[in-house]
Amino acid sequence: MDLILQQMPVVLKSLNEGFLQTLKLFFVTGLGAFPLGLVIAFGSMSRFKPLSALTRFVVWVVRGTPLMIQLLIIYYFPGMVLHNNVWGSGEGGRFLASAIAFIFNYACYFSEIYRGGIQSIPQGQQEAGLVLGMTKRQIFFKVTLLQVIKRIVPPMSNEIITLVKDTALARIIALQELIWAGQAFLKGSHGIAGAIWPLFFTAVYYLAFTGVMTLVLGRLEKRLDYFR
Amino acid sequence: MAILDVKDIRKSFGQTQVLKGISLSLERGQALSLIGSSGSGKTTLLRCLNFLERPDGGSISVSGQVLFDAADPSTQREADIRRKRLHFGLVFQSFNLFPQYTALENVTLAGKLLAREEADYKSRKKDIFARIDGEARQLLTQMGLADRMDNYPHQLSGGQQQRVAIARALALRPDILCFDEPTSALDPELTQEVLRVIRGLAERQTTMIIVTHEIAFARDVSTQVVFMDDGVIVEQGPPEQVIGAPVQERTRRFLDSFRQM
Repeated sequence: MDLILQQMPVVLKSLNEGFLQTLKLFFVTGLGAFPLGLVIAFGSMSRFKPLSALTRFVVWVVRGTPLMIQLLIIYYFPGMVLHNNVWGSGEGGRFLASAIAFIFNYACYFSEIYRGGIQSIPQGQQEAGLVLGMTKRQIFFKVTLLQVIKRIVPPMSNEIITLVKDTALARIIALQELIWAGQAFLKGSHGIAGAIWPLFFTAVYYLAFTGVMTLVLGRLEKRLDYFR
Repeated sequence: MAILDVKDIRKSFGQTQVLKGISLSLERGQALSLIGSSGSGKTTLLRCLNFLERPDGGSISVSGQVLFDAADPSTQREADIRRKRLHFGLVFQSFNLFPQYTALENVTLAGKLLAREEADYKSRKKDIFARIDGEARQLLTQMGLADRMDNYPHQLSGGQQQRVAIARALALRPDILCFDEPTSALDPELTQEVLRVIRGLAERQTTMIIVTHEIAFARDVSTQVVFMDDGVIVEQGPPEQVIGAPVQERTRRFLDSFRQM
């Protein structure tokens, strides 16, 4: 116990650094995947058949294969097969590759949620807007959008909570995120080796983070409760 | 001159011909009731008038101006259609109010968006919005909803929702107000409260086309009744004739089915 207390400051500092990288990946993924998902959703709903077919095929592949494989391929393929490591070396390169993989993967999941949300809005809403002389754009932003948001908040909350924990997958290409930081003390780091308790601590970080997200998303859901 | 002139409207969905040449005209201040069994094409005709469907043939003119002519592509430009729609108002069977807006906001939303297209919008925004709000309050009061303006649609009964929808359509001052089975989603009591409102509009000489299954109501309020069957007009004329003394066998059979109920 004394040993743990003695090691605590070093471990916490390291875990905090890892957590910062986790947070960065989480927010960058969100920032990229929210809008990209909408673009993909519109692609899959396109009346231009080749585009919608291609989009749905890509979404099927991305959702049908493990994110871990996607991470590995995106990170290693350019360097090993094309002999051009576009990601650059070091932590910056690993983060960039991770961010691309996560954004694309999550955008595909989000796109299906958006599509379901948009298609669940009754056609009558669009028609009511049209006969009132509104433009398609006005109908989307003033009528449809908020109704879509209301419907997608619960399924999106699920995905967002999953994303918090999925960031740990970037460990596979040695991104120095929270799991990497905790695991380092198993093998040895900062003069500490064979310590498993830092890993338990990483779990607490995840729990705290998902807890906060649950509260925030729950409040958003409540805010949209005023209409049906 | 007739306010509405519809000539030989045809419309097919795939292989099914839904409208097989519909012609009718309507004078300002008149109310026309469209009756007929389900699938006879009444709703499709209304949707054509509101540019929700594009007819395959025929023309639509309002006050002498050709809004649509299937033979003239210059009348079919997508960019113009939105403005042309404003000649017509449409009240739906399922109300289609915007759930995230209050009754008042439902009535004012489109008007406020259209005001943006006015030249002096920026400088007079406040006045314009005040005018739109004032008119909307007046309309809702006229609909008997003075104490319901700030309610959201889900807090209103079906009859109240439909009256908001009527106010919303009236707010843009359409030349012709169309009703697509406005009471079919309502129970008998709520039906009466909506019919009362429509009757009031007829008394104030609102030009209307009403698709309805309420035969007694159609007889009372309309100046003209059109009976449609299988995509054609079987019989049309004043209500005492079409409903009171129909000439066509098909019309008689249709009306009999109501008497037996």
